[in-house]
Amino acid sequence: MGDPLYAHGIDLAVVLITILKVILTFLFLLLGVLLYIWWERKFISDLQNRIGPDRAGPHGILQSLADGIKVFFKEDLAPTEADRRVYRLAPYLAAVPAFSAFAIIPIGDKISIAGHQTYLQLADPPIGILFLLAMSSIAVYGVFLAGWSSGSKYPLLGSVRASAQMISYEAAMSLAVATAVLATGSLSTRAIFVHQSVWNWNLWQLGVVPFGIYMVAATAEVNRPPFDLVEAEQELVGGYMTEYAGVRFALYYLAEFMNTITVSAVAVTLFLGGPSGPHINFLPALWPVVWFFLKLFAFVSFYVWLRATLPRLRYDQLMDLGWKRLIPLALYWLLLIAALRVGDDAHWPWGVNHGALNAITVVAAAAGAGVVFFGGLGAAIRVGAKRVEEETARAGGVRA
Amino acid sequence: MSEFLRQYLTVAIFGGAAILMVALMLGVGRLVRPTRPQGQKYLNYECGVDPVGSGWSQSHVRYYIFALLFVMFDVEAVFIFPWAVRLDAMAVFGLVEMTIFIVVLALGLLYAWRKGVLRWI
Repeated sequence: MGDPLYAHGIDLAVVLITILKVILTFLFLLLGVLLYIWWERKFISDLQNRIGPDRAGPHGILQSLADGIKVFFKEDLAPTEADRRVYRLAPYLAAVPAFSAFAIIPIGDKISIAGHQTYLQLADPPIGILFLLAMSSIAVYGVFLAGWSSGSKYPLLGSVRASAQMISYEAAMSLAVATAVLATGSLSTRAIFVHQSVWNWNLWQLGVVPFGIYMVAATAEVNRPPFDLVEAEQELVGGYMTEYAGVRFALYYLAEFMNTITVSAVAVTLFLGGPSGPHINFLPALWPVVWFFLKLFAFVSFYVWLRATLPRLRYDQLMDLGWKRLIPLALYWLLLIAALRVGDDAHWPWGVNHGALNAITVVAAAAGAGVVFFGGLGAAIRVGAKRVEEETARAGGVRA
Repeated sequence: MSEFLRQYLTVAIFGGAAILMVALMLGVGRLVRPTRPQGQKYLNYECGVDPVGSGWSQSHVRYYIFALLFVMFDVEAVFIFPWAVRLDAMAVFGLVEMTIFIVVLALGLLYAWRKGVLRWI
């Protein structure tokens, strides 16, 4: 339980290893964002049949670095209408949780440095995945306060939109995460990843649906297309960060990309077995890291593909999808997996292989129970709608 | 410090480092950027046209209603996570208990749905 680094008290070596891990994680996140921005621009250019950045460095790979440096030399303008203290606080509230959330992601196996064993993971606290949910809740403040404190119309609109969207999908996301927790019986991200083996991922074991819910909810949570209503240029100019300039603006940009990387990493950890992969005898400590980054890369590229392919949703469609589809489905699937698990332990006679929730059982049980559940739900709504119509007719066509 | 708390130590250090990092970026920006104040620069940008009236406009009450609904589901998550961790200990009892809880909650959602709260106009 927990990182073995801290099992025998704290001495200088432990402190140094901790600091080294902190620095490495920062380097990874910052470099990751720089490369991801470049990759997003380059990949989307390919998808749209154009060239994209190609001036700074080979294939324009230094483009985001150049943009980053430029931003430091921009004048910092805060509108006089703004609530200055909150206006300055908000970028911290967006960027710090974005950094912190990555702390719980397991990147590789156990390694030993200078006689100390440690996980390739910044921290493995027992609450693990709850920490991630907490950080994504704090990020909502960063977005909301930015728009509110700007004292400007479009940022305010953008921020109420953003916070309504983010909290709506957070409900669905935490239910999907709870399903993965249910399969493992632990909140620790490492325990969740160890529970899955090379190919026996939670993705199959839980019957794909929680993964789908998580992906949709996470996309909305980080305001990536097709859920980027928060910064719909045609309606809201730049969204909640319209009034920000210079470094503060760049911090929001940074936070957004870091969040995308983090939710992808969480998807890899929860549903795709994290760093687990085929065992290779040559350099055994290296390969888990390679598997992890391959999976992560697939996810972040998937987000770019989504952006190039799907048009933006309308706000009512967004809310309908969140509250009327994802949340009922997530609640239902949570109970289904719980029932399968309890039945599995108690040897109920429905032929589940002991010790494994396999995809076929899950899908079969889901199909049966789903028809009953959603059929019942639909019937209830139709009956209700009919009654409203009757009452409206009785009241002479005036709707209450 | 117990081993339990030491696991959080790294998280705390990392959080502190993140705050420092952001402060550092803003600090470096302050050192190198130019400052040439001019009245018009400090107007709200909004959409590029000079702003009319106050920026503190009212927004639709519907956002607030969704926030209330979210609180309901967030409190529910508070119960679901401990339950999910300890399900094998509670077995059938836990399953029945949670089913009742979720059905009650789903009825609440259904009620809100029928009342038209979830309809976004």
